[in-house]
Amino acid sequence: MAVDKPRSLLLILARELATNVATPMFVVDVRGALVFYNEAAELLLGQSFSVTGPVGPDEWGGAMFQMEDLDGNRITVNDLPLAKTLTERRPAHARFRITALDGVKRTLAATSFPLFARADDFAGTLSVFWEDEG
Amino acid sequence: MRAQVWGCRGSLPAPGPETVRYGGNTSCVEVRVDEGTALILDAGSGMRPLGRVLAVDKVGVIHVLLTHLHLDHLQGLAFFLPFWSDDVELHIWGPPSPSYGLAERVAGYVSPPLFPVPLSDVPSRPIFHDVPDEPWMIGSALVQGHAVVHQGPTMGFRVTADGRTLAYIPDHEPSLGVDLRQVEPDWISGYHVALDADVLLHDAQYSDDEYAAHVGWGHSSIDHAVAFATAVRVERLVLFHHDPSHSDAELEPMLDQARSTWPGVRPPVLAEEGMVLELSPAGVTVDSRHSMPASETVPSSE
Repeated sequence: MAVDKPRSLLLILARELATNVATPMFVVDVRGALVFYNEAAELLLGQSFSVTGPVGPDEWGGAMFQMEDLDGNRITVNDLPLAKTLTERRPAHARFRITALDGVKRTLAATSFPLFARADDFAGTLSVFWEDEG
Repeated sequence: MRAQVWGCRGSLPAPGPETVRYGGNTSCVEVRVDEGTALILDAGSGMRPLGRVLAVDKVGVIHVLLTHLHLDHLQGLAFFLPFWSDDVELHIWGPPSPSYGLAERVAGYVSPPLFPVPLSDVPSRPIFHDVPDEPWMIGSALVQGHAVVHQGPTMGFRVTADGRTLAYIPDHEPSLGVDLRQVEPDWISGYHVALDADVLLHDAQYSDDEYAAHVGWGHSSIDHAVAFATAVRVERLVLFHHDPSHSDAELEPMLDQARSTWPGVRPPVLAEEGMVLELSPAGVTVDSRHSMPASETVPSSE
């Protein structure tokens, strides 16, 4: 039988890494879909990946959490490091605040870096988040 | 499509009286679809006797598909008779690298000081190709290669012809960091290589106890091979890449374990040198001298 486009091994390995670490992580594919977040990220977001499942590129962000910069100005998912990594294919870092579905406002630092398989085969991004009150 | 196993040992050739039954040569599987063309999966030491047969048969076009460049998958190339002929068209496909071309990497073995003759002096003048992202045709066979979890860049191959699919993942550790029976199947390494294949030749190097001391080495236990094959719904699992320390007598209890947990209709078999798999629209037959009763050498129901 014919098979669909295979999932990049890099995304599989990124998900395995995220599954096994205690640091919140997002795995985003090349289209911008949030294809996985780990248990530590579930605590930040206030909802389980087993409930949300993969979230399309236009569905996450505002629907899952409200975001603002450190001065209190509303920002969008396009202002997050992972969006910069997706569009510019380079590492990015930022601090911002989110209010997730549990209603708690948290200050986060996030670092995102591109996943390149082979020479120029861009597979997506891996983003790491820390609660950062400092 | 006819596939013949010429080597199914992992890591290192293991000749001797304790391995006569399943064989001591390292990974090499011949796949024949079209007259005059041979497709060869890996270039382990089993490639040496295969080369003699292809030379006698005067096969003019040969495609060698390397899953990766560990020596047990490459060491037969320099002892492959057609390699030394200027009368064959020899294509060698392997995993891409961002740093070095495939020819340059293969020359790391086929050149002094590891080998007396440099690759540039080889009469067949092989044509090297990176395995492409998209499926491609070799004769009437549709071939797909996808990266899989092992140590270093490694491919699994999927060959479809005559309405049947053979999947080949000889070195693979899909269980690394995940529970193969819990994770969604399409998040398992190798899923698209083996999905719904009629036959899967898969890494089964370790017993479950041995695996505990080899996590991250890039290979599977018997339990992992069964769990993977179940997740990707293959019809027939062929346990491959036997550990060089495993004697024939030690392999057979491993087969028993695989069969005891196999949920499918057709029980797993141990790969052995000389095993022939015939895949045709009428069904799949496994012609094996030792590892299964003759009564199982029958066409599948499909």
